[in-house]
Amino acid sequence: MNNPYFDLLMWARGPGFDIALIIFAAGMVIRVVEILVLGRKSDKAPAKGSPVGQGIRTVFSRSIPRKGLINYAPVTYLGGYIFHLGFFIALFFFGPHLSLFDSIFGFSHWWPEALSFQWPSFGRVIIESATALAILALIALMYSRLTDPVRRAISTFDDYLVWLLCVLPLASGYVAVNKLFGDPTLMLALHILSVELLMIAFPFTKLTHAVTFVLSRYYNGAIQGRKGAES
Amino acid sequence: MTATLERGLNALREQIDAPVASFFSSCVSCGLCAEACIFYRETEDPKYTPIRKLDLLRRIWKSEYTLFGRIANMFGLMPKVTEADLTAWEELVYDSCTMCGRCTLVCPVGNDLTMMIRKMREGMSAAGHAPTELVGAAGRHADFGSPMGELHPALHAQIKHAEKETGIPIEMDKAGADYMVLLSAQEIAEYPDVLAAMSRIFKKAGITWTISNDGFEATNVGIQLGNRDVARTLVTRVVEAAEKLGVKGVISPECGHAYQALRWEGPNLIGRPYKFEVVHIIELLDHLRAEGKLKTKGKDTTKVTFHDPCQINRRGGINREPRNLMHMVASNFVETDDAGTMNWCCSGGGGVGANERATDLRFKAFNRKKAQFEKVAPDKIVTMCAYCHHTLEEQLEEHNMDIEVQGLTELIGEYLDDE
Ligand code: SF4
Ligand code: SF4
Repeated sequence: MNNPYFDLLMWARGPGFDIALIIFAAGMVIRVVEILVLGRKSDKAPAKGSPVGQGIRTVFSRSIPRKGLINYAPVTYLGGYIFHLGFFIALFFFGPHLSLFDSIFGFSHWWPEALSFQWPSFGRVIIESATALAILALIALMYSRLTDPVRRAISTFDDYLVWLLCVLPLASGYVAVNKLFGDPTLMLALHILSVELLMIAFPFTKLTHAVTFVLSRYYNGAIQGRKGAES
Repeated sequence: MTATLERGLNALREQIDAPVASFFSSCVSCGLCAEACIFYRETEDPKYTPIRKLDLLRRIWKSEYTLFGRIANMFGLMPKVTEADLTAWEELVYDSCTMCGRCTLVCPVGNDLTMMIRKMREGMSAAGHAPTELVGAAGRHADFGSPMGELHPALHAQIKHAEKETGIPIEMDKAGADYMVLLSAQEIAEYPDVLAAMSRIFKKAGITWTISNDGFEATNVGIQLGNRDVARTLVTRVVEAAEKLGVKGVISPECGHAYQALRWEGPNLIGRPYKFEVVHIIELLDHLRAEGKLKTKGKDTTKVTFHDPCQINRRGGINREPRNLMHMVASNFVETDDAGTMNWCCSGGGGVGANERATDLRFKAFNRKKAQFEKVAPDKIVTMCAYCHHTLEEQLEEHNMDIEVQGLTELIGEYLDDE
């Protein structure tokens, strides 16, 4: 075992990952708590619809675009869907990722063997297509961010950074799995490090939406729902 | 820092709550809110992107209400909101937003941008950065009872006129009536026929009603200006009048923001629920229809379409009701594209119609509705907000379109079966 990158890989897998996980988890707890502590005044107007029910429904229903809007921003919508789906498939259905989750969270320890649910991993073709599509979607999204006047006007450093941090794990994972170039150990280490960067950035950037969207959609649905209006 | 700037910033700080924090935390800068906004769509100027209109509120939230922002702020990394910022944002917050609520319905992470514009206006007006027309209207409203000044003489004349036309007496300040009717200043000044229509409909339905001399005008410029104190004063006037008469309910007139102010903001402004219910006139008419107490005879056979007022449908939840009524009295009722919840604003809501500076922008924004009306080519446009009514008439004239506009209550009155 005299691969010069082995130590780096071990660090990335061990202490590096722990550090990233702690920053990610603690940071996100802070972000959510600092929203919730602000509270909201109880609404004294008698409700016409059901705020809570519609709030919960909206958390899901807002995933579907409103009729006609997709025509105005096809790249944003399609790119957005493909990227999110591809990223999730690669993250949650790639065999080695699943073993990793199991080793961190120890699903197999928590449940008796008989109850242990079988989370299927997908075949290589699916994982690799999903990864490639996610990367292509990100490229299309960046193209639209750079060329569309609205998206260019509202973009900040945050948007470009997050884009890069999303591309890196996808691209490095693809390279590492396919041993496209570079030393495989180094590539795997870089892949893990890029994921750790993404985790560390999570609480400090718009990546936060992956958690807080539940709150914002809920509030939107609850506010509209109280009035018996659509959301 | 000047005293007014500080007052404005404090007013903005007061507006930040958990929903606002969750909205700013979730924004992914996708720009989709712009696609929904009439001002962006008709001008294609990216400065009208809804989330951008809220940037000052976002900066205050970030630098003062998030831990990481506060740390960055300590190192001087967060630029302060200045007087110049407020000046620059005044046009974005007042001239180019009718608080129509379309952006709120398309944002993929669920941001209620419209509610935040409403909140941001609180800070802008406290800092002295509100359009002079709205400030003036607020003054007249507080001093004389309506944004158009003293309206008692006009009201009394219209009541007399309606009594003569219908032969039904209208008793003012009648304690214990079922309902206290409110009107909008626009109706009293421009569309008084609604009074006679209500008078006949209620008589037939067996409803007793009255109008109070102490509180008969329902509009609330405090909501458009973004001034809770003004809004509270105006709501209180109505609440006191209604509770003094001991009515069962108050009828909110054909006016979008009046319904918003009375039905949804009012109890929160005065800090308690009312001792009466608030019902929108169209909601009530549809109830009466369902109960069989509203019967019509004959139908309008010309081609008619319907314009949804944003504050009543999208932001108020009254969508089915006007359509039930339209089908009762119109045999050739054709909807425009996007009708209903995603209808486009008439371009005059949220105080924009009163704002001189916004006139050109408003005429441009109307092009969306214009194209929709041209597609349907109706003989008549029916609506349920007197201010939409007024704006549509003004815009149709400006764009050389010869289409009649009518209020829904008035139309129902025309076909009322009161034999
Ligand atoms: S649509 Fe929502 S998430 Fe997208 S830019 Fe506008 S506010 Fe942000
Ligand atoms: S409320 Fe309407 S006018 Fe205002 S920003 Fe949103 S979409 Fe535009």
